[in-house]
Amino acid sequence: MSDRDIVLGKVRRALAVDSGDVGRRAITIARLEGTPRGVIPARGQLPHEEQVALFIKMAEKVSSSVVRVGETGEVPRAVAEYLRKHNLPATLRIGDDPLFADMPWGETQIEMSHGPSDGNDAVGLSHAVGGVAETGTLVLTSGPDNPTTINFLPETHVVVIKATEIAGDYESAFDALRERYGRNSLPRTVNFVTGPSRSGDIEQTILLGAHGPRRLHIVVVG
Amino acid sequence: MDITSPTFKQNAREALADRQLQRALGHVRAGFIDKRAKAVAELPEFDALRDAARDIKNHTLAHLDLYLEAYEDRLRAAGGEVHYAETAASARDIILSICQRIDARTVTKGKSMIAEEIGLNEFFEEHGIAPVETDLGEYIIQLRHEAPSHIIAPAVHLTKDQVEASFREAHTSLPPDRDLSEPTELLNEARSVLRQRFMAADVGITGANFLVAETGTSVIVTNEGNGDLTQILPRVHIVIASIEKITPTLNDVGQIIRLLSRSATGQDISVYTTFSTGPRRPEDPDGPEEYHVIILDNGRTEMLGSEFKEALRCIRCGACMNHCPIYQAIGGHAYGWVYPGPIGAVLTPEFIGVDQAGNLPNASTFCGRCEAVCPMRIPLPNLMRHWREREFERHLSPAAARYGLGFWAFFAKRPRLYQWATRWAMRVLGNRAIGKGRYASLPLAGGWTKYRDFPAPEGRTFQEMWAAKRVAR
Amino acid sequence: MAEGTERRPKVALFVTCLVDLFRPTIGFAAVKLLEEAGCDVEVPAAQTCCGQPAYNSGDRRDTRAIAKKVIAAFEPYDYIVAPSGSCSGMLKVHYPGLFSDDPAWRSRAEAFSAKVHELISFLTDVRGMKSVAARFAGTVTYHDACAGLRELGIHDQPRRLLKSVDGLTLVDLKDDNVCCGFGGTFCVKYPDISNAIVQKKADLIAATGAGTLLAGDLGCLMNMAGKLQRDNQPVAVRHVAEVLADMTDTPPIGEAREA
Repeated sequence: MSDRDIVLGKVRRALAVDSGDVGRRAITIARLEGTPRGVIPARGQLPHEEQVALFIKMAEKVSSSVVRVGETGEVPRAVAEYLRKHNLPATLRIGDDPLFADMPWGETQIEMSHGPSDGNDAVGLSHAVGGVAETGTLVLTSGPDNPTTINFLPETHVVVIKATEIAGDYESAFDALRERYGRNSLPRTVNFVTGPSRSGDIEQTILLGAHGPRRLHIVVVG
Repeated sequence: MDITSPTFKQNAREALADRQLQRALGHVRAGFIDKRAKAVAELPEFDALRDAARDIKNHTLAHLDLYLEAYEDRLRAAGGEVHYAETAASARDIILSICQRIDARTVTKGKSMIAEEIGLNEFFEEHGIAPVETDLGEYIIQLRHEAPSHIIAPAVHLTKDQVEASFREAHTSLPPDRDLSEPTELLNEARSVLRQRFMAADVGITGANFLVAETGTSVIVTNEGNGDLTQILPRVHIVIASIEKITPTLNDVGQIIRLLSRSATGQDISVYTTFSTGPRRPEDPDGPEEYHVIILDNGRTEMLGSEFKEALRCIRCGACMNHCPIYQAIGGHAYGWVYPGPIGAVLTPEFIGVDQAGNLPNASTFCGRCEAVCPMRIPLPNLMRHWREREFERHLSPAAARYGLGFWAFFAKRPRLYQWATRWAMRVLGNRAIGKGRYASLPLAGGWTKYRDFPAPEGRTFQEMWAAKRVAR
Repeated sequence: MAEGTERRPKVALFVTCLVDLFRPTIGFAAVKLLEEAGCDVEVPAAQTCCGQPAYNSGDRRDTRAIAKKVIAAFEPYDYIVAPSGSCSGMLKVHYPGLFSDDPAWRSRAEAFSAKVHELISFLTDVRGMKSVAARFAGTVTYHDACAGLRELGIHDQPRRLLKSVDGLTLVDLKDDNVCCGFGGTFCVKYPDISNAIVQKKADLIAATGAGTLLAGDLGCLMNMAGKLQRDNQPVAVRHVAEVLADMTDTPPIGEAREA
């Protein structure tokens, strides 16, 4: 008997159930298909413009810096200004996201390099597929458009997010992922990112830049 | 890891006398308790979420076999491999064989209490593989060859001076004049040392806060990003998680996520909540090539069929121990195994036997603060009491306590005899303290009078006086 | 409550073993307060203890035996009131669960438990008492004993009544809701840990500058008094009922009667 058979057998014996019980099976199928929402905090249930304002406020609360621009064309200049202001090199590691390809990077002096990060990049740029106003959280997904290593290896992480993609709560973010990737399926990695990396492990003092980025800068578009 | 639960009383005595430990424990209050209280106060739906989370877990446990099967199906569909492990030994062997197959030399690890539970690090070392803890707290205690003393803040028992000393001893290329006196410097040092290890690792091992049946996904919750670097850089990502981590849907994860960080550190959510599903896809430029999930039993199925099953709702937030007056007094190592505090008092007897761990559920005042703050509404004092019942039935309590209790109970069941006996006892006890009002020492009460005076009784019992008043009327 | 227009409720006082043995004054204070609140008080003779020592030692059998006696002696009354959060909690919250495999006793226990109240919360929540006619000159601080607080929700009620006491100043105790380290047999089974906990408590009590410490549980009070006195702290310790009933002639806990 495999460990699998043993363990599942013990579970069934502990619960005093039969694997053939169709009633139980129907219940679990219903939950997996229906994905009930549960208790949603009122905090993020706002008109959209207020959700965006809340997103910005909550992101700043956890030490992200946030700037808002009117349209995607303004992003390169906004990013260049941020790098200048913080004495950071004018370099960016990015993926193949078409959103970036359409931006006027030529208006800046920034050197772009493409592909996953190998740890030698000072600054990475990603496009978040969604955001959650409730806690100022960014939703990033793996793939050639936005390689996951860009989210973690560079010391500074800049993330672009469209205001229209900011939702009120996690459940709405999950719905958006289901729509994008199909039911019961997710890409290799989905990162919910809420502020720069930190640790409280030394005498409970909170310090930024534990292993992931020390700085998280968010550019909200629209 | 060495189990020292049988010497709990001695451990506690040493902990109480350990000045550095006591200083470090002083930070628990502001660091955890006040922050949690603030975060909870800012979320009006917190208690409703606790009810919802408890119900989700209860539902899941009642259908655990079916959700496990659904999880496996989705995980395989995403290209991942599932391995069940009935015992700790089985889990270790499976992990070792995966590592040996690819000739792994270095393994980075995100924080995992399950890995502690199965003694993975020692096992790796015995087999010539170097495990590197990457969570800063775990890294620090690994340098010191210590066990974690808290389930989310493993180095909470250390002062920064102790951390500095450990770094200097271990990081031999550190120039002596490099200033490490402040936590920022210590953090930077750890960051650069560990960054090299992340890049060099062959295998990355993480735990999982949740295993999601809907999508075949494992979820980890960190603030540092170490769990992420552990899993995206190496060729192989291994997840080790116990069966009760199964959660039906992503939405269910959302419910519990709202409770987890608030209860643990007072944050609304941890910096990184990462959902990992299978190995890299053909179009992915980064990510592991192999993804394995070890699903561990190691005693959970026993609990599932017992009066302790509610403890399976635990999400390992640490709130119970943060608020426990006993934990605050003695820290985590005194409990002697992997899980300290109130949850440790319930789990440890289950996993290592009540004969070894019997002290843990007894060393509680049942003040109830743990249950009051538990996000999953686990009735921890009741569960500790069940252990005391098991010990009583099996005659494991010390003989003196058993006889003392039996003696008392004999009288307590016989009111008239009790009243007669207590009348005389209180007369004596009261008279001998006339003029003082208390006893600085008292035979049979050494445990009390070692540290406190013992207030003398008034001398007459209430029953005696009440009866006299009624006769007088 | 208008007296004479409705029957005065019959309240059975559950004295508690510690009050019975160590400090009858508290029992008499409870009687006085209950009578002031318009109740007729009786004290069933067949009572010894609520059974907590057996219960918390894992001896369910003896606990059940004691519980049956308590239920039988007290169930004829309108209310059962005890001057202790932990004993009331035992009777109200834990008794029914002792009989989960005995439906007849279970329903008797549930009916009984529904009528159980801790003393102070009974006065305020059931009898509607808003103030007391008592006088106590001095600064007082109040500790929330754990069972009363967490099992029965007792927090505002004693403070409300204390504020109505003429001459009394109430000061907050830091960490007033943190355990004092008594825990019944805990304090003698794990004396070193218990001492560490009660030491913190005693230091915080002394830091309030209050002349008197009050609480609603005698076990906790004896624990804290014993520590304060060992530390030579000039804090008098009493049960809150003594102050509310204006019965503070008895020396405080652990103090001798003056010659």
